[in-house]
Amino acid sequence: MPAEPGALALPELDVPAVTSRRALRLPRFPLAVIGLFVLAAVVAPLLGLPDPHAQSLRDRFKPPGWEAAGSWKHPLGTDRLGRDLLSRIVWGSRVSLAAGVVTVLVASAFGAAVGLTAGYYGGRVDAVLMRVTDATMSFPVILLALILAVTVGPSFTNVVTAIAVILWARYARVIRGQVLTLVQLDFVAQARIAGAGAWRIITRHLLPNTFGTLLVLVTLQIGYVIIVEASLSFLGAGIPPPTPAWGSMIAEGRDVVTRAWWVSLFPGLAILLVVLAFNLLGDWLRDTFDPKLRQL
Amino acid sequence: MSRPPASRPVIDVRDLRTHIVTRWGTVKAVDGVSFTVDEGETLGLVGESGSGKSMTCLSLLRLVPRPAARILGGEVRLDGEDLLTKSEAEMRAIRGRRIAMILQDPMSSLNPVFSIGMQLREPIALYHRLRGPALAARAAELLAAVRIPSPVERLRAFPHQLSGGMRQRVVGAMAIAAPPRLLIADEPTTSLDLTIQSQYLGLLEELQERHRLALVFVTHNLGIVARICDRVAVMYAGRIVEMGPVRRLFTRPAHPYSRALLESIPRLGRRTGRLTAIEGQPPDLARLPAGCAFAPRCPSVMERCRVEAPPETVVEAGHVTRCWLETPGIAAPAAGAPPA
Repeated sequence: MPAEPGALALPELDVPAVTSRRALRLPRFPLAVIGLFVLAAVVAPLLGLPDPHAQSLRDRFKPPGWEAAGSWKHPLGTDRLGRDLLSRIVWGSRVSLAAGVVTVLVASAFGAAVGLTAGYYGGRVDAVLMRVTDATMSFPVILLALILAVTVGPSFTNVVTAIAVILWARYARVIRGQVLTLVQLDFVAQARIAGAGAWRIITRHLLPNTFGTLLVLVTLQIGYVIIVEASLSFLGAGIPPPTPAWGSMIAEGRDVVTRAWWVSLFPGLAILLVVLAFNLLGDWLRDTFDPKLRQL
Repeated sequence: MSRPPASRPVIDVRDLRTHIVTRWGTVKAVDGVSFTVDEGETLGLVGESGSGKSMTCLSLLRLVPRPAARILGGEVRLDGEDLLTKSEAEMRAIRGRRIAMILQDPMSSLNPVFSIGMQLREPIALYHRLRGPALAARAAELLAAVRIPSPVERLRAFPHQLSGGMRQRVVGAMAIAAPPRLLIADEPTTSLDLTIQSQYLGLLEELQERHRLALVFVTHNLGIVARICDRVAVMYAGRIVEMGPVRRLFTRPAHPYSRALLESIPRLGRRTGRLTAIEGQPPDLARLPAGCAFAPRCPSVMERCRVEAPPETVVEAGHVTRCWLETPGIAAPAAGAPPA
C-alpha cells in the first residue's frame, strides 16, 4: 500500500458497535410471562373471574370457549366439578409463585449462611458443614415431602419446609466455592489488617460479593421449586384441595385426559410457561452479570 | 541520616519466631528476628522471596495464616506494650488504628462491589466515630492527602474505574485513616510502573513525614531501599543476617549475602565487569543446613559455618550481622593469623 507521508494506514476493521446496549437488552419473553403471572396472582380477586371454588355440576367438563360445545363463559373450560379452569389457574399461580419465592428465599438465606461460614473458616468447620451439605443433597425432596405429608399432613408450610430443607445445600455449595476464592483476595486481608472481625468480613465484604451468584441461582431455582411443588401437589403431598394448585389440577384431569384434555393441559401449560420464563431469565442474568458461572 | 536516639522505639521486635507446619516439615519462616523502628524512621526489609519478610510483617499484626502458621515466641512491643500477650479483641482494636499495612496488589486490595467512598468511610467511622457530612468531608480530605484529583467526585467511583496507581493511593488513604503509629508497606509498588512507582514513594515519604510514622518497607528492590530507607535489614531463610544504616550497608556490607545482593544490581554510569548472580538455589526452608543457612552458597564459607550458626555480632554501632567472618575471636583465614 503506498502510504502518503503523515497518513496512517489503518486496516479497515469491521468493529461491532459497542456492546453495552446489546448486552443490556432485556429478555422480553421471560419478563413478559413472569410479569403477567405475577400481576394475575396479585390482582386475582379484582379480575372478575368466577369463584375458583364454585362448583356447578351441570357445567362439568365444559371444553374451552373455542370448541363447539364450549362457551366463552369458561374460556378454558371447566373441570369435573364444573369449576372454571381459567380462574383456578390464575388463583393457582398465587400458590405456585408464593411457594417458589418463599422456598427459595428461605433456602438461599440458610444456604448462603452455611456457605459463607464454611468458606470463611475452612478447615474442620468446612469439612463438617460440607459433609452435612453432601448428605442433604443426596436426600430426595419428594420423599421427604411425602414423609412430612403422611406424618404431619399436607400444607403449604410443609411443602415449603420440605423443599427448603433440601434445597439450601445447593446454595451452600456454590457460595462456599465462591468464598474460597474471595478470601484469597487482598481486600479481605486488607479488611483484617484494618481490624475487621469475622462477622464484619463475612457480612460486609464476602456476602455482597456473592449477591450476583445468589441472584442467578435464586432465579433458576424458582422454576425448579415450582416444578417440585407441582409434583408434590400432583402426588397429593402438596397443597391440599380445595385450594387450586397447578399440580393437583393436572392430577384431577389425569383419568379423563382422553375425554377432557383441557383439564390437565392448561395447568400444565401454565407450569411450562412460568418455569421456562424463570429459567430463561436466570440464564440471561448469569450471562449478563457473571459469565463465569456457566456450571450453574 | 543520623538521628538523636529516641527515648523509645515505636516498634521493638525481639527474638520473634513464627513457624509454619507443612506436609514437608516445619518451616521456620521467622526464626529469631529482632529489630526496632523509631518514630519517623524507615526500615527496609529486603531478601529473596520466601526469606520471611512478609511473614515477619504479618506476625507483627498477629495475622499469620492459621492454623498452619504459629507465632511461637518473642516479643513485639508497640510503644512498649507486648502485642503477643494481647487478646484477639484487643488486637482488632490495634489493627488499622495503631498498625496499618499496605499490600502488594492494588488490583485486589479493594472490594469490587463498593464505591471508594463507602470503603474509605468504613475505617474512618470505626476509628473516629464520625458520621454524616463530617465523615464524608474527612474521606474527601484523605483522598486529597494521597493526591487524588477531584476527591469528592472520586468517592463515588468504583475500584474498577481507577488505575492501579490510583487504587494503591486509595489503599494508602485507608491505611493512614487513623493515623497509625506504624505503617507496614509490603512491596506496595511492585505492580506499578516506574513513574507511578516513583510518585507513590514520594507520597509515602510525605505521609510519613506528616504523621511521624514508623515505616517498615518490604521490598526486594534495593534501589527503592536506597531512596527511602534510613536503615535496612537483610533477611535470609527467616533470619536477619545483616542490619544497619543504608549508606553503611551499601558501601561496606559485612555479610557475604548482602555483598552478593549488592553486586547483582546494575549501576548506571559504572562500567564494571559482568553482573554476578548468586550461586546455587535459595534454601529449602523445611530442610535447612545445620549451621549458617547461607553456607552452601557462600563464597567464603569455612568449616565452622557448616556446623554452627553464627551469633549476632556488632560490626560497628548500629550495624550488626550474623557471620563468623565478623565474629570477634574467630579470626577469618583471610583476616589474619588464626590463634594456634
